[in-house]
Amino acid sequence: MDMLLQVGYLITAILFIMGVMRLRSPATAKSGNLIAASGMVVAFVVTLVQYHSFSWLWIGLALILGAIVGSYAALKVRMTAMPQMVALFNGMGGGAAALVSIGELHSQWSVGVSSAAASIAALLTVLIGSISFTGSLLAFAKLQEWVRGRPITFGGQKLLNGLLLAVALVLGIMMIVSGGPHALPWLGVYIVLAALLGLLLVLPIGGADMPVVISLLNAFTGLAAAATGFLMSNNVLIIAGALVGASGTILTQQMSRAMNRPIHNIVFGAFGQVAAGAG
Amino acid sequence: MPHSLLTEIYIFVLAVFVGFQLISKVPSVLHTPLMSATNAIHGIILVGAIALAATVKGPLDVGISVAAVFLATLNVVGGYVVTDRILGMFKKKSAERPTE
Repeated sequence: MDMLLQVGYLITAILFIMGVMRLRSPATAKSGNLIAASGMVVAFVVTLVQYHSFSWLWIGLALILGAIVGSYAALKVRMTAMPQMVALFNGMGGGAAALVSIGELHSQWSVGVSSAAASIAALLTVLIGSISFTGSLLAFAKLQEWVRGRPITFGGQKLLNGLLLAVALVLGIMMIVSGGPHALPWLGVYIVLAALLGLLLVLPIGGADMPVVISLLNAFTGLAAAATGFLMSNNVLIIAGALVGASGTILTQQMSRAMNRPIHNIVFGAFGQVAAGAG
Repeated sequence: MPHSLLTEIYIFVLAVFVGFQLISKVPSVLHTPLMSATNAIHGIILVGAIALAATVKGPLDVGISVAAVFLATLNVVGGYVVTDRILGMFKKKSAERPTE
């Protein structure tokens, strides 16, 4: 790979870590966010220089539109609505990761070349990214009160989740063993299953617990980005994704501890609460 | 196992340890801004979306890459601005406190 790209990505990784370090104290937090953002700019610029052979019209349009919509939404929203905005943008990241892997897998399968390692990384990204996408969107809708904020549960929900996950995993293994153009419909089924899982994960969670779940989904998106890094042999994706995945997991733990509840109680607790409420 | 994959696993494992260490002890007031800031950081997937756009050929793949670039840009820009706003509120609060 190109020298400029690698050096740029190294600088980005350093700036990301320094940024998060400064975010650990209220006095330096704002500069930490700025440092992390400048790391993003470095990665963005060297990537544009390295991979300039795309359609500038379409990619330029997507970039400009994304920047306008993103900054407008983020500036316009009320301060009290910040958690759902984090959820929304997190979902966008998860969706982007899933799309990148779907696109990469589709173009690899179309010409018939794909290693098992690449397929594993891609299918993991699609699974985690899609869960994060639909889960975050539902978290947003619940906090925005577009959907009833109270936990929504029904009988056999845990069983259904387990079953869906098992089917998705079997399907994933099938596609790893025999990827290719013929497997594309199965990839479609796999995406739908993952998207459903994201919804089912967030449905039983009440509004008050939502920040913890958003933090968990944030860690998911980080892992999805890291898996995409393995797929595309892109070190900065691996580093930043692993950083967010790990720090997001710890953060989720600390947030649930601050609420005096273990994390599994928040994610799966609604079932017990409903039973207790009915009894 | 190819050598490059092994190197990537090294990098992943070390970055995971850094991530764990970074957030080991933070005051709970910083939980939301940290979540929001790391949310912006995984917008780095934008880099992957651009790389995909440069390598794919067919109209479907190009469409997928354009959609990915759009979503990732939302994540980066929105995530950064939201974090900045959360931290701005934060600063004001702590500045007001001494005068109370």
